[in-house]
Amino acid sequence: MAAAKVTEVLFQPIFSNNPIALQILGICSALAITTTLQTTVTMCLAVIFVLTCSNFFVSLIRTHIPTNVRIIVQMTIITSLVILVDQVLQAYAYEISRQLSVFVGLIITNCIILGRAEAFAMNNSPGMAAADGFGNAVGYSVVLLFVGASRELLGSGTLAGAEILRPVAEGGWYAPNGLMLLPPAAFFLIGAFIWLLRAWKPDQVEEPQFRIAPNSRSVEAF
Amino acid sequence: MAGSRDSIANTIRVSFLVCLVCAVVVSTASVGLREAQHDNRMQYRQVNILRAAGLYEPGMDLREAFQRIERRFVEFDTGRYVDMPEDYDPMRAARDPARSRPVAPDPAGIRRQPHVGEVYLAWSEAGELERIILPVHGYGLWSTLYGFLALQPDADTVAGIGFFEHGETPGLGGEIDNPRWQAIWDGKRLLDDDGDLAIRVIKGAVPDGATNREHLIDGLSGATITTEGVNRLVRFWVGDQGYGPYLEHRRDAYRDNEAT
Repeated sequence: MAAAKVTEVLFQPIFSNNPIALQILGICSALAITTTLQTTVTMCLAVIFVLTCSNFFVSLIRTHIPTNVRIIVQMTIITSLVILVDQVLQAYAYEISRQLSVFVGLIITNCIILGRAEAFAMNNSPGMAAADGFGNAVGYSVVLLFVGASRELLGSGTLAGAEILRPVAEGGWYAPNGLMLLPPAAFFLIGAFIWLLRAWKPDQVEEPQFRIAPNSRSVEAF
Repeated sequence: MAGSRDSIANTIRVSFLVCLVCAVVVSTASVGLREAQHDNRMQYRQVNILRAAGLYEPGMDLREAFQRIERRFVEFDTGRYVDMPEDYDPMRAARDPARSRPVAPDPAGIRRQPHVGEVYLAWSEAGELERIILPVHGYGLWSTLYGFLALQPDADTVAGIGFFEHGETPGLGGEIDNPRWQAIWDGKRLLDDDGDLAIRVIKGAVPDGATNREHLIDGLSGATITTEGVNRLVRFWVGDQGYGPYLEHRRDAYRDNEAT
């Protein structure tokens, strides 16, 4: 990890080391705000901003942060950035900010952000940390956009508000799948995403923690 | 180096500086954007008033449309208009013991009610009253529903209903936002011929042969408790404890106007 390359730090997290698909971090917000593409895109931009800036600022003062209060200092920086995003959304995108409701604030508790601050920004230069934050946020966004687009298309028959599949209720042929609008659908889609990704990159497949041993005796137990 | 970084003095210094910088950033954002946020909230409220009244069209000039909407204050007990400062907020007054009272009985689950509420009157370009719009709220299944009920100038016929804030289950109770359900309200009458409160949201669809169809609204299937909440809150706010006395005055005025 001594001298990581910027391109590696930037592009690794998108598919090779995706924070959601491989590290399974930040799932909660992926469930809540992916019912429509519009809220998903806003959330992605917010996370990209917060993660890039938080990594940058944490890295900037990393040599001064006392180790025993480092988590609190990181959280203070992250929280301030999230409040900033929330305030800006309330001022300039009120409708979207209402739809996202508490989930903008909950970016604070997104494990990816604190995880990157603690694991990467504390040990790397500000430029590298910002690149790493950006890359990870993009990796998060890729999964979110996939989930958001699928849920909106299959659940409401629209994409970003534009009608693609005309629903039965409005005289079309498509019966919207109501399950897609409920949180479990996001689990299924994230599962499908991880499946596809691991089919493409088999090295991400985890070693099973235990194997079922073949039956050693061919007689019944009792 | 490690010693000075982890020393108590450095810990306090770094914590203090980080807090100071963050506090400045956050408060600057908060103060700097307050104006825009306030405008947004007001605009959102105006859109919902217009929407409940059936006067809203996407892309319309809100400022101009709202020129014809007048905000008045009504004392609940007497039903008379009273003068209040422009920034009077009934929701805030409801939390102030001096300006509100506990509600008993409390069918809508609102606990406290201010002495003075607000109404919005929509005037036509010719200067005639078009709509009486009442802010209403009450408890559904999970959350308090906030909305507006719009009445025709006769203060008896419903012109529309809309909720701008609630936390009901999407797809079930959340269907109170469905325009097709809200359209059922249009034309329903609050009072029966004896002048008694008759409007009611029933469970399930209104049967075909019902004689009092003009007072009944279909409940939403899968949202029995939410629609019962809507029933109770509408009946509360147009009833004697709510805007009942005020609406009585409006009905009298309307009849006098018709007679002349």
